[in-house]
Amino acid sequence: MKTTNIMIVGVGGQGTLLASKVLGRVLLDAGYDVKVSEVHGMSQRGGSVVTYVRYGEKVYSPVIDEGEADCIVSFELLEALRWLSYLKPGGRMIVNLQKIDPMPVITGAAAYPDDALAQMQKLPLKLSAYDYLVLAEQAGSAKAVNLTLLGTLSNGFADIPLSVWENAIRELVPAKFVELNLAAFRLGRELPQ
Amino acid sequence: MNKELMLGNKALARGLYEAGCSVISSYPGTPSTEITEEAAKYNEIYCEWAPNEKVALEVAHGATLGGVRAACAMKHVGLNVAADPLFTISYQGLNAGLVIFVADDPGMHSSQNEQDSRHYAIAAKIPMLEPSDSAEALAFVKIAYQISETYNTPVLVRMCTRIAHSQSIVETSDRVVPPQVPYVKDPGKVMMTKNSRDAHVRVEKRTEALRAFAEKTDINVLEDNGSDTGFITSSTSYQYVKEVFGDSVNVLKLGMAFPLPVEKIKLFAKKCKKIYVLEELDPIVEQHCKSLGVKVTGKELFPVCGEFSQNLLRLKTGMAVPERVSERTDVPMRPPVMCAGCPHRGIFYVLSKLKCMVYGDIGCYTLGAVAPLNAMDLNVCMGASCSGLHGFNLAMKQAGEKHAVGVIGDSTFIHSGITGITDIAYNMTNSTVIILDNSITGMTGHQQNPATGKNLRGEPAGKVDLEALCRAVGFNRVTVIDPYDLKTVERVIKEELEAEEPSIIISRRPCVMIKGTVHKAPLVPDRDKCTGCKMCMKIGCPAVSVRNDKVSIDSTLCIGCGVCTQMCRFGALTEVDR
Repeated sequence: MKTTNIMIVGVGGQGTLLASKVLGRVLLDAGYDVKVSEVHGMSQRGGSVVTYVRYGEKVYSPVIDEGEADCIVSFELLEALRWLSYLKPGGRMIVNLQKIDPMPVITGAAAYPDDALAQMQKLPLKLSAYDYLVLAEQAGSAKAVNLTLLGTLSNGFADIPLSVWENAIRELVPAKFVELNLAAFRLGRELPQ
Repeated sequence: MNKELMLGNKALARGLYEAGCSVISSYPGTPSTEITEEAAKYNEIYCEWAPNEKVALEVAHGATLGGVRAACAMKHVGLNVAADPLFTISYQGLNAGLVIFVADDPGMHSSQNEQDSRHYAIAAKIPMLEPSDSAEALAFVKIAYQISETYNTPVLVRMCTRIAHSQSIVETSDRVVPPQVPYVKDPGKVMMTKNSRDAHVRVEKRTEALRAFAEKTDINVLEDNGSDTGFITSSTSYQYVKEVFGDSVNVLKLGMAFPLPVEKIKLFAKKCKKIYVLEELDPIVEQHCKSLGVKVTGKELFPVCGEFSQNLLRLKTGMAVPERVSERTDVPMRPPVMCAGCPHRGIFYVLSKLKCMVYGDIGCYTLGAVAPLNAMDLNVCMGASCSGLHGFNLAMKQAGEKHAVGVIGDSTFIHSGITGITDIAYNMTNSTVIILDNSITGMTGHQQNPATGKNLRGEPAGKVDLEALCRAVGFNRVTVIDPYDLKTVERVIKEELEAEEPSIIISRRPCVMIKGTVHKAPLVPDRDKCTGCKMCMKIGCPAVSVRNDKVSIDSTLCIGCGVCTQMCRFGALTEVDR
């Protein structure tokens, strides 16, 4: 089988690493070869962050290049635009409509694009856009936004049962936050497409 | 056997555990930090943060003299600091295995330069292994110890960011600890005159023996797929070759970066009509091939600068790159920023306001260079802010002393700043160095250091008294300030720049990201009082923005530090009791 490529992108501090850890674990448990490539260091200080998750029979490169992603999960609207060229035509884009102003926007040196969603709607891609921050707050905390997005992503894996996802969350999330994160995951998973 | 998805650096730590390593001494540095942090999770391994990489390597070597397997880990620039012991440990030999991890950063994700550590292996005549995924990372640690003990040499294991920071599947096994080797005094171990000359001869013979090892070891793998085209490659470049070409080309994968094989390469050359060498950074394998008379294509096609990727390989070899849903769009950059409430912000705001020449250093505070603060003139390496400032002031004389400062973090100061300020005090320029003491090694992910009073595991430990240290090396003027208090910061910096003797300012406030740091309630701006003057924007806080000409505070980021409050002349940003 060919390798499938998923990118998780967002802003440093949004919890992209935990989402990729859970995803990597689920894919390992499902019997695939998996590579997950993270970004540490300088990029974490509120900068743009990306995690590459690749799975299949045999995975070589740890990274995903432009035109190779089957799916991009973006934790922030502007970041979806930034990484758009990595998506294959017809690929899936799951995007959180939350806007976080980058420093050049805060200082007035640049403007936040007001047509970000419209730009994506014109392109040949499968778009799921939603305000996941609201969903996370419904689950109990804005910090669980990562698991709501992962919940929506999990719909794309028809062959992986819910229990595998839930087990991975139980094992990788600190005990006192498990129930919150499971609730957030389910809300994202049950979101009408 | 247990199958796990593991970060490359964590797999190295697992390898250390399984190989029976007993002592690890390191200094943090992206992308190497997790090797030591993950190893510290095994109670069987003693792990410590040393003040710098030179000390770390000497500690690890000392442990091997005591007869146990030891290791140290550092980033590429750390090996520059450790180079002094490295070259003579190569002569000296060991009493048990010594593995040195060095993590290069092609693409400079988190580094000030892009140097290629393989040059050190060649120069210090130390064998170097290069894993290409986590499973190899784990396996190569064990091979490294075998080589180290068989050939009486330290062994370098070179990582790169992509291998260090990507997870792939490993199979783990149990820990096996070799018996401690008794220490025996040997007069031949003192590196002087005849002993050193004998040691150099021994090192040259060792390299010949290792070259023979490189011919037969199965970590240099020849994949013969019956093609006319061949790639000689290693590390992450190997993964790009396999990603793009699969089994359609021949591949010579070098798990050993030094010494390089000769006969294996010649044999490979016979099987191929066209050979590419794909290696990130410098053309080391390429030049080796060319010295053997093997015709290869390398750096005339693939760049010296930056990281490779599968698309780069496709483009350079004339293949089509995948179609994409859209071309790159022009979107605002999102550079890393100093966190909301960062104690460095107030200092940099004042330095910017006073138009100081700021000789910076290595750490989170390098972010003081970005807009809107633009407060840093330059940086070089760990500690250069102190010694470089002294040199600048020697040239600029009074003019420099009245407006130039050095800025250095607590961990960086302990690492390499102490000798620099000693030079200032000893040779007496009126230099002013600001130590940004945020009680942690911030940039690399919050490691303890000798100034925090805690050890690597967070247990109580010895603590450097920075004020006493600065006085002891000869500074009479040592002032401690709170960086949240902008008025005092400005007054003290002005006073110390005017002073007719060397001075130290210690800006003390713990990093807001340290667990347990008390955060105040987020500010609630008074929009009626806000005039939209944007003075509060001058500090570059990610929690503060002006929308529709009125200030707005992001309550998820604001920790109520009050620095913006001091910027506002209209009282729109006062603390609110709740």
